[in-house]
Amino acid sequence: MSSDLTLWQLASAYLFIVILLIIVRIKGIPREKEILISSVRMTIQLMIVGYLLAYIFTHAHPVYTLIILVFMLLFAIYNVYQRAKIPLNRELKKKIAISMALGVLATLVYFLMVTLSVSPWYNPRYVIPVSGMIIGNTMTGISLGVNTLLNGMNANKQMVETALMLGATPREATRPIINQAFDSAMLPTINSMVGMGIVFLPGMMTGQIIGGASPLMAIRYQIAVMLGIVGGASLTVLLFVQISYMAFFNNRCQLKENELNVKSTH
Amino acid sequence: MSQPPMFSIHQLKYKNILSIDQLSIPADTITCIIGESGSGKTTLLKMLNHLISPDSGEIKVNGTSIFDLNPVDLRRKVVMLPQTPAMFKGTVRDNLFIALRFAGRPNVPDSELDKLLARVHLNKDLDTDSESLSGGERQRVGLARVLLLDPPVLLLDEPSSALDEETTHLIMEELTDYVHENKKTLVMVTHSKAVVSDYAEHIIEIRSGHVVRESERVEQ
Repeated sequence: MSSDLTLWQLASAYLFIVILLIIVRIKGIPREKEILISSVRMTIQLMIVGYLLAYIFTHAHPVYTLIILVFMLLFAIYNVYQRAKIPLNRELKKKIAISMALGVLATLVYFLMVTLSVSPWYNPRYVIPVSGMIIGNTMTGISLGVNTLLNGMNANKQMVETALMLGATPREATRPIINQAFDSAMLPTINSMVGMGIVFLPGMMTGQIIGGASPLMAIRYQIAVMLGIVGGASLTVLLFVQISYMAFFNNRCQLKENELNVKSTH
Repeated sequence: MSQPPMFSIHQLKYKNILSIDQLSIPADTITCIIGESGSGKTTLLKMLNHLISPDSGEIKVNGTSIFDLNPVDLRRKVVMLPQTPAMFKGTVRDNLFIALRFAGRPNVPDSELDKLLARVHLNKDLDTDSESLSGGERQRVGLARVLLLDPPVLLLDEPSSALDEETTHLIMEELTDYVHENKKTLVMVTHSKAVVSDYAEHIIEIRSGHVVRESERVEQ
């Protein structure tokens, strides 16, 4: 097998899907449309990304790299807003954006500059895929953290109030909820580390190996990226829970009414 | 009254729940707030604990406007017990210790906690899981938690609503002694006529958010 995949070979992969579609249709499972649309959509998206990356790789420029980074970050933040099961008010949205931006940037600067020593610093071949992985996993983590925090504040209002009545600071009163939010945000990342290499081979490593890299070099990168993901996700979630619990209190350390469950009216 | 009041309220308004022209709650006294359900009694207690703020008007604590006091510091001196106090994960001991942690104070030995449980007439081991406690038992753990903090002012919201008459009487006797011996101010919301007639030294009656009666108990 050569390391280049020809278009004919790729066509055979589509043939496989066409056969699958025929089977699905015969069996009367009404899903052929979804499979078809998502396959076409995936193809188009990846083609655009492929050409875009090819262009950016050959015309490496700090501005291009930065634009892509900002776009990925904004898209991830938008996605977190969309995934929130409870509508977020403006203050919480702002805090999500701040913690995502700070957490991701700090992690990226460290891992790209120190760990991977990317040179020049904007080298898109490294910066874009590594950032994508770190931002994507951070997004998943913070989504879970936001939902757990909101649900926890809703479900434990009485507990928080009892604590305040006894003279607890808002931080102390919400400590168990904050800890739970952090745990749930970190769970997928921790689970994926536990299963890594045994239950599945991560996509990046697989890609490098198919591309001809030695498995030993591929795992080095994978370990570095995995640590970057853990670091990025935990830093972001930590920032988020630390700054966001105050969104539920006013400056008199009182639980804000109407803050939970409903969109802010101001 | 020679002593200045612990709380004085002037022209207080809060939504359409409370509207109090003038009200004083004396220090070192047992004050009972009575009135029908939904008349604003609990809201008034929360105001004194500064868990909610009035829309307009003034509340003074020992002569200082409540807005000039740090709310957390105030709540450590004016501690409130809700009608159904939340139990935190863990044992009865954890639920008592957590109050000290909230107040930023060091733990005390088990013997002190046992004494507290005896005072609230709760015959439970400190290792009992708080989830297994009944409503009345939770109420007493909640009360023990407040007594452990030993604040100058205690705000109790129907502390005996889940207790039988005899236990209520025993606990009220303990509370009365505690308040008098230690010069504490106790403000409690209650529905129990027996508690009011036996223990109240000052009575405030609220109807639809208005104070309709404020009186000192006539000694019989």
